[in-house]
Amino acid sequence: MASFVFFYFAGVIVLTATLVVALRNPIYSALSLLVMFFHVAGLYVTLHAEFLAAVQIIVYAGAILVLYLFVVMLLNVKREERFHGQASVAMFLGVTLLTEAILLVFLSEGPMFPAAVANTSELVTGNTKSIGQVLFSTYLFPFEVASLILLVAMVGAVILSKKGILDPKS
Amino acid sequence: MAVPISYYVVLSGLVFLIGLVGVLTRRNIIVILLSIELMLNATNINFVAFSSYLGNLSGQVFVFFALTVAAAEVAVGLAIIIALYRHTTSINVDDFRLLKW
Repeated sequence: MASFVFFYFAGVIVLTATLVVALRNPIYSALSLLVMFFHVAGLYVTLHAEFLAAVQIIVYAGAILVLYLFVVMLLNVKREERFHGQASVAMFLGVTLLTEAILLVFLSEGPMFPAAVANTSELVTGNTKSIGQVLFSTYLFPFEVASLILLVAMVGAVILSKKGILDPKS
Repeated sequence: MAVPISYYVVLSGLVFLIGLVGVLTRRNIIVILLSIELMLNATNINFVAFSSYLGNLSGQVFVFFALTVAAAEVAVGLAIIIALYRHTTSINVDDFRLLKW
């Protein structure tokens, strides 16, 4: 049962990820990315990361993707030629790396990953509570740095999208 | 856990490579940013799978930070796209060859 759920989510994730790259219209690409985000959130739920599943839907599907769709519709782009000259090189590189990775995972001798650990106490007290405890004790300083990154990004976005920033004459 | 960890690694590698091929092949700069989101999501799947596998919550905290960086990247990237579109009325990467204007 668990593996059936995993294969459903994995299949939809790979399919929609391929559609993001392959579809011609950027709006359809963004919408298939939305489907992929929801299925990644479902995968997180099966991995007992409920807090991250909620954050994935709220931040990725709710904020980031709406921003994308807003910009796509604002720019009103017409259809263009999809791929440029280095497409064949990129396909070759991608297929080679993929084959190598799959062979490495499935044909390697001996244990490739460390042994699984049974559910420790921090995983059973509730996902959100334990994440909060780790985030505000061990990772307090990176948390503050993350807020600084968001501030810099906000100021940068406002400055960059102001009129006349690329044209010093006006 | 019923599903072996290697399946998650293969899934995330697959999604990462699809994103990589998208970045290298597409011409539309918005789709290139979407492919970067695909790559970030692939690493997040890996982080969460190993966090559950090893019983360690640090992986989920790192996904949280990756999400912050993704949001910042999208905001700045889309602002750059809008500025470029105002300048050249195009979002085709082949049109952006000059560093100096």
